[in-house]
Amino acid sequence: MLTVEGTHGPIIHAVTRAAGERGARADARLTDARALDPALVAEPADPDGDAALVQRFAHWAGRWSPLVEVDGDGLRLDVAGVAHLFGGEDGLVRDIERRFARIGFTVRVAIAPTAAAAWALARFSPTAVMPDNFALLPVHALRLDPDTVRTLERLGLKTIGALLDLPRLALARRFRGGEDVVDALDRVVGRKPEPLTAAPTDPPPRALLKLEEPATHPEAPVQALERLMPGLVHQLQERQLGARRLSLSGYRVDGSVAVASVATAIPSREPKHLARLLADKAAELNPEFGFDAFALTADWAESLASAQDSLVEEPSGEREMARLIDRLTVKLGPRAVRRPREEESHLPERASGWVAAIGSSLQAHPSTSSSGSLPQPEAREELSRPPRLLDRPEAIAVIYATPEGLPRRFVWRRAVHDITRAEGPERIAPEWWRQPSTSRLRDYYRVEDADGRRYWIYREGLAGDGRGGAPNWFIHGLFG
Amino acid sequence: MARGLSLVAGGAVSAQSRPAASDRLPSGLGERWLLPAPPSPTLAELFATHPRDGGWAGFLLAQITTDKPLLWVQDRMAILESGRIHPPGLPCPELIHVEARDAKDALWAMEEGVRCAALSAVIGELWGDPKVLDFTATRRLAVAAERSGTPCWLVRLGGHPNLSGARMRWRIGSAPSLVNSLDLRAPGTPAWDAELFRARGLPPGRWTIAHDSDRFHLVPGDRDRALGEGQRRSA
Repeated sequence: MLTVEGTHGPIIHAVTRAAGERGARADARLTDARALDPALVAEPADPDGDAALVQRFAHWAGRWSPLVEVDGDGLRLDVAGVAHLFGGEDGLVRDIERRFARIGFTVRVAIAPTAAAAWALARFSPTAVMPDNFALLPVHALRLDPDTVRTLERLGLKTIGALLDLPRLALARRFRGGEDVVDALDRVVGRKPEPLTAAPTDPPPRALLKLEEPATHPEAPVQALERLMPGLVHQLQERQLGARRLSLSGYRVDGSVAVASVATAIPSREPKHLARLLADKAAELNPEFGFDAFALTADWAESLASAQDSLVEEPSGEREMARLIDRLTVKLGPRAVRRPREEESHLPERASGWVAAIGSSLQAHPSTSSSGSLPQPEAREELSRPPRLLDRPEAIAVIYATPEGLPRRFVWRRAVHDITRAEGPERIAPEWWRQPSTSRLRDYYRVEDADGRRYWIYREGLAGDGRGGAPNWFIHGLFG
Repeated sequence: MARGLSLVAGGAVSAQSRPAASDRLPSGLGERWLLPAPPSPTLAELFATHPRDGGWAGFLLAQITTDKPLLWVQDRMAILESGRIHPPGLPCPELIHVEARDAKDALWAMEEGVRCAALSAVIGELWGDPKVLDFTATRRLAVAAERSGTPCWLVRLGGHPNLSGARMRWRIGSAPSLVNSLDLRAPGTPAWDAELFRARGLPPGRWTIAHDSDRFHLVPGDRDRALGEGQRRSA
């Protein structure tokens, strides 16, 4: 027996069959039940844990149908056009019951033409499939609030059939407001549609593989991937789609799901490429107690017109690039494979941001992209920037003739560099709208040492600018 | 940065090379000069004379075409020691940068890139002498580059020349830049000391070169060395 805390002490949340026989009922007070039988054992309920479990089962139930919705303490599956895969509706019900029983859960399954009817059947009828005497179900099964149910029962309307016999107009007039009995009736008999809220209008392309015996060997996911890929690609082809994100779900016997997913830079339905991307991740799926079903889903697909592959092997540049990015990203991670992006900033380290190469298109050529927008300062091209920047400017010791003059010599990483030639300063002011008010301006110098090595160094601040002590020097970049 | 290099002066074919071969290499000041290059794209290895010398980048960037994207792979130590590439300072608008954890990942990324014909070039920077960088690894890169026609540059920072399958092996260091006619105190056009110490089918040599807007040229050495000194010695 499980209890939750109510306003006036613990309230019974759920009871076992044995406790039910001793008079305990859900929603009764614990003290009342204890009065009937002091030996009742009560445990606090864990609604969050229950909800999480139901959520997990919802994922797991994806093995039967792609459309699954959590409905309170139950699951709703849209099994239209699915049942024949499991040997008809009876077969589907048996399969669901058997699989839940194997992991120690008793489920009540019902299949009905409407969601509300299925709800009613699962809770108030002994049969799983729509019976002929549906009208005999109690009015409780309409999912009305308890007050309305009590009113109906007082009026002698105890079954759904009794309600259906009444004129609609009279019923509608009697029960106005929030709890609409007519509405509930319509939902049960299908006069009013009740779609699954979780239902995507267009189910994603998906290929399913069921195994006779749970597979526990580690190569199983990869083998399943190879067998599922042609089916998925066929579906993609029929709907003129290309996968942007693919996931391989392995349904384990114990009711958990392992998922491996990859993303691609451009839509693709090339079986070899997709299989190659996913193979490494699929191999890492842990079978634990064994997989007994696999599903390969294109979670995110974009339209991809069918293209005639040319007779001669003629790789298109963009596709080749996208494939390269896919492979690099899958192995090294999206943070390691990046593409530069120009930023609106004068600070060198901010002027070029990086974005993950996957999911961003190749940057348009600067000359074409800036033609219509703000006049891009042409001088920016002329400002020579080094091809390499240190991630973090490193402090250097500098000897200079005068505090504002050109530097003469500097020490970087314990090596002395005599400056033979220097050009500068190029002054870059701090971005006061972004940086703290104490940040100092920078004077950049291009310097060349005796060996001809060219560096980009800067002095942070000016002597007496009131933002700290003597200026510090840093090295920021290396010229080629 | 404009591309194309020209020898400005002071070129010298090393004494070991055959005289017949050295005849083909001009050494005139400012003369149009073609960098020794293999007939088809392949793998070239570039040793920086000093890890904190970025000169090789200018030499390399002057030789690549930028009509197609460029793949630039750096391993983590290379980024720490000599900086991350800075796109505003590069001539290529389209670029993909890979930050590899170690030399193994970097080599893998380079090989993937070299197999892709949609790239203009693959540049990989490796720090030190990693174990995975052996003859087999470089040979694989060279073969892949030749098959796909994507040139590959393997840049070694702080490394030592070991056995390698690279078709050309350069040692590049910065040389004092040319005189800046606008400001005598300022650095001018960059110049490099380039030593080709091993190449297949080409004579090794050593040149001081700078690049002009469209070509390489030989530059006069700043040291007291007569023009064509190398040739005289070898003759």
